[in-house]
Amino acid sequence: MLLIKCPYCEEERPEIEFSYAGEAHIVRPTDPSKMDDTAWAEYLFIRDNTRGVHYERWYHIHGCARFFNAVRDTISDKFIMTYKMGLPRPADVEIAKVKE
Amino acid sequence: MVKYSAGSLFANALHGHKKWPKQWPDAAPKTSYDVIIVGAGGHGLGAAYYLAKKYGITNVAVIEKGWLGGGNTGRNTTIIRSNYLYDESARIYDHAVDLWDGLSQELNYNVMFSKRGVLMLAHSVHDVQSFQRHIHANRLNGVDNQWLSPEEAKAFCPPLDISPGARYPVMGAALQRRAGTARHDTVAWGYARAAAALGVDIIQNCAVTGIKRGTDGAVRGVETERGFIGANKIGVSAAGNSSVLMQMAGLRFPLESYPLQALVSEPVKPVMPCVVMSNSVHAYISQSDKGELVIGAGTDQYISYSQRGALHILEHTLASICEIFPIFKRMRMLRSWGGVVDVTPDRSPILGKTPVPGLYVNCGWGTGGFKATPGAGNLLAYTIARDEPHPINAPYTLERFKGGRLIDEAAAAAVAH
Repeated sequence: MLLIKCPYCEEERPEIEFSYAGEAHIVRPTDPSKMDDTAWAEYLFIRDNTRGVHYERWYHIHGCARFFNAVRDTISDKFIMTYKMGLPRPADVEIAKVKE
Repeated sequence: MVKYSAGSLFANALHGHKKWPKQWPDAAPKTSYDVIIVGAGGHGLGAAYYLAKKYGITNVAVIEKGWLGGGNTGRNTTIIRSNYLYDESARIYDHAVDLWDGLSQELNYNVMFSKRGVLMLAHSVHDVQSFQRHIHANRLNGVDNQWLSPEEAKAFCPPLDISPGARYPVMGAALQRRAGTARHDTVAWGYARAAAALGVDIIQNCAVTGIKRGTDGAVRGVETERGFIGANKIGVSAAGNSSVLMQMAGLRFPLESYPLQALVSEPVKPVMPCVVMSNSVHAYISQSDKGELVIGAGTDQYISYSQRGALHILEHTLASICEIFPIFKRMRMLRSWGGVVDVTPDRSPILGKTPVPGLYVNCGWGTGGFKATPGAGNLLAYTIARDEPHPINAPYTLERFKGGRLIDEAAAAAVAH
């Protein structure tokens, strides 16, 4: 089981308190009716599914009940960092620094 | 290739079984092939075999980053069934079961396909209605499936607890008698041996690092750890790593890779006569010919390529198994492991051509690819050989996610496949 640091509760809690909520930083289109099928399918179904550093959302459902974002290595399952919703996607250099 | 028979067994017994030849040679890559298959699991080796056997294309290489059959082919719970709801699914999975029949004879290799029956338990009114709908749909499609009362289910599978006080009451069950299990390793080995005998090169420990495309966009070959290998047709059959390979060709796929776990108990005398699945409480179990109880757990919630899952997922499954089969409460578990499964949004595979000329794909089998092994291999081979899909895999395009013609088995088949 993973240990996950909720950026709101500011403590590491076991994974069973959390629920995974898919890839992060996918922006919902403001006017879906104006989109063509290719773009709409991309939004609905296409994911990075990254082997390596992955940006993803988690939901602290059995804790503070808030969504937050995380950077995790999908090969080792190790969390590199978690950050509050609304903050920009951390830059690669920032991630490299934490990984060291 | 030595034909395996009672005669060859006897002849080799005279030498103390020390003179059996290698089942297939470990090939070094040539500079180019007519077709390259990426991934030496059952599906990929099956595709190579059918290309050589049925479609006359023998200049084929199967390239594998690890050892053959070491991915999901060797990590599943070996269940074979075809009781899926939709017409498209019934056709593709029943095509596979048709090929499972007689596969041992065809490959001259005992894959131990045992039609011991798959029993799916209904624990609620909703389950009863849903399974009966499946049974009717299956029968309209000519797929074997029948309804059993709790007493009939108990007679078919004596360890089952059908008492009214059970934590998960059994309100009936759907039984597919034609379904069962096979020995997963031998499926990969049997296809490898038969394909190699027809001239297919099996290249292990050779990860693909890139897919090269020409100025016209069509594929030219693959970059590997052992150098460039040319081919104008490439079939990718790489399960959990499919989206990584597709990205090498510049394609983004509707796939997410999750860990899926299984475990086996200590071996005991025969006690489970069939496969039992319980989708609502998420447990499935059978007994191998070695005597181990083979138990399948669920996927973890997050994407991962680690080939391992969390302990609480196993605990959840074992808790359900102990409730449904109280006699197994004191069994000890021997081993557990995980694989990486590639899941599509509609839980149906993608099998066919891609937008890149010369690139073919067989992926998205999610948690249930083993049962489809011979079918997927044959259909991928057909699609590569003819450069067009077989009518059975024609609906399983990548474009269905754009057009909306999904084959939505997710809601119908619950989570377990």
